Amino acid sequence: MMDLRELYQDIILDHGRHPRNQRALEHPTHLAKGHNPLCGDRVTVYLAIDGDRIADVSFDGRGCAISTAAASLMTEVLKGKTLDEAHALFAQFHASVTGGAEPTELPEALQEDAERLEPLSGVKAYPTRIKCATLPWHAFEAALKNGLAGSDGATVKTE
Amino acid sequence: MDTLVADNPRAALDPRVLRREFPIFDNNPGLVFLDSGASAEKPRQVIDGLAEFYRRDYANVHRGVYALSARSTDRFEEAREKVRAFLNAADEREIVFVRGATEAINLVAQSWGPAHVQAGDEIVISDVEHHSNLVPWQMLRDRVGAKLLMAPTDETGEFDLAAFEAMLSPRTRLVAVTHVSNVTGALLPVERIVALAHRHGATVLVDGCQAIPRMPVDVQAIGCDFYAFSGHKAYGPTGTGVLYGRYAALDAMPPWQAGGGMILNVTLAHTDFQEPPHRFEAGTPDIAGAVGLSLAIDFIESIGRDAIRDHEEKLTGYAVDRLSRIPGLDLVGGGQRRISVLSFNLDGVHPHDVGTVLDQHNVAVRVGNHCAQPLMDKLGVAGTVRASLGIYNDEADIDRLAQAIEACREMFSR
Repeated sequence: MMDLRELYQDIILDHGRHPRNQRALEHPTHLAKGHNPLCGDRVTVYLAIDGDRIADVSFDGRGCAISTAAASLMTEVLKGKTLDEAHALFAQFHASVTGGAEPTELPEALQEDAERLEPLSGVKAYPTRIKCATLPWHAFEAALKNGLAGSDGATVKTE
Repeated sequence: MDTLVADNPRAALDPRVLRREFPIFDNNPGLVFLDSGASAEKPRQVIDGLAEFYRRDYANVHRGVYALSARSTDRFEEAREKVRAFLNAADEREIVFVRGATEAINLVAQSWGPAHVQAGDEIVISDVEHHSNLVPWQMLRDRVGAKLLMAPTDETGEFDLAAFEAMLSPRTRLVAVTHVSNVTGALLPVERIVALAHRHGATVLVDGCQAIPRMPVDVQAIGCDFYAFSGHKAYGPTGTGVLYGRYAALDAMPPWQAGGGMILNVTLAHTDFQEPPHRFEAGTPDIAGAVGLSLAIDFIESIGRDAIRDHEEKLTGYAVDRLSRIPGLDLVGGGQRRISVLSFNLDGVHPHDVGTVLDQHNVAVRVGNHCAQPLMDKLGVAGTVRASLGIYNDEADIDRLAQAIEACREMFSR
């Protein structure tokens, strides 16, 4: 049995209790709502995209320690990134929390951000919790795809 | 098994002895199973009896002229009679086999519903209903243009009879309520609900999912028109369930699914349908499931439903007392009388996280909205942690639950 402290590391409890960037953006260019029907967690991800760069990113909603920390850390690493960098980080993150194959190696500049997300990889030992960690990222991807269409209530579900 | 308790059905049951009848506990040592409200584990005599039925007596029912088919039909129809006696229904034709309570309620909503509920009519449910006793009525409402009203529970979780009575009117066609809440464990005053509803000419359906495994149920004493339950929550196989309907009510209902077994005569132009219950059992039924359900009823009766209720009430009281002493634990109101189901939240810890920590301590509970989102909204919570009891649980299980909750508090307060 894995030690639960591997899952609930200090940084996760900290971001779970005191999430960063937890607010609605006043003028988002993109937003999407995510919902995990299993536990009822809901998260809305707001983006302000300028050209191909994420000028600002935030989230709100209610969720467990894992999904809240995942959303908080996601907003921290995504701010200022290009869309290509964001996709690369998500691919890396997805592999790390699902235990899937590592994608092509991350550029040097993104290594530090990937390490910031690393504490969440503890969920891979808890299959029922993986979706908690990926929910905000799926909402982020849906927001990029759908622009502001998500504001009328369309919701992305955990896969 | 029978020799353990059959001599005196009022004897207090011993969960530690009963647990030996459930192989799941042999195969999962140390498991504290507190999710019987979602589905109960299965005793050996159901598991083995199901296989034995397939080995010895199985063939399709109501069709063959050969002896084996007749024997299989007998077992199937004996199961129906067993359910009749279990519910104290007046007539075994009032027992319709379905997949579960969800299907039973949908059957009533789709068959009885449009024939009796018209535009402007009203359907009354309670605010603690499971989605399966809510969404079918929303669909009926939208289909015919009726109104759906929600009778409230008060701040303690008690069903508010006065508020309910004030909602009744000559427009009320149906009252659909649960017998025991799957979230709070509150026991609803179904006899009084039925009496008030009938005074206004309304039909009453009771969802008995959480009540059936835990207390004696007499549908004639309750007086309801329909009573639904799932076999799998009552130690029986999945895919089994029962709709009880007063014969006059069932007889006035059109079929809801068509197929073999539910017809008398078919020509291209016309079909005559069977009488209840066969009218509502199109296609080959879950024959072995019904036999398995009858074995589960035998198992329950061998322990005695009074003894089961005494056990569940006593253990519920112990759990309420034990959990109430945990700082920061908020028990969701179960009204004046609660049985076997306890929902709670732990201050500052999301239910999903509590569930993971409890699982790590080998304590199985349910977390989430328990298919009761309107109630979660009313309580202002995203979800709860729910512990629900069965005949195999004892005080040591509750102590293990409490210890795991304490460990959870510790983990999240560091």
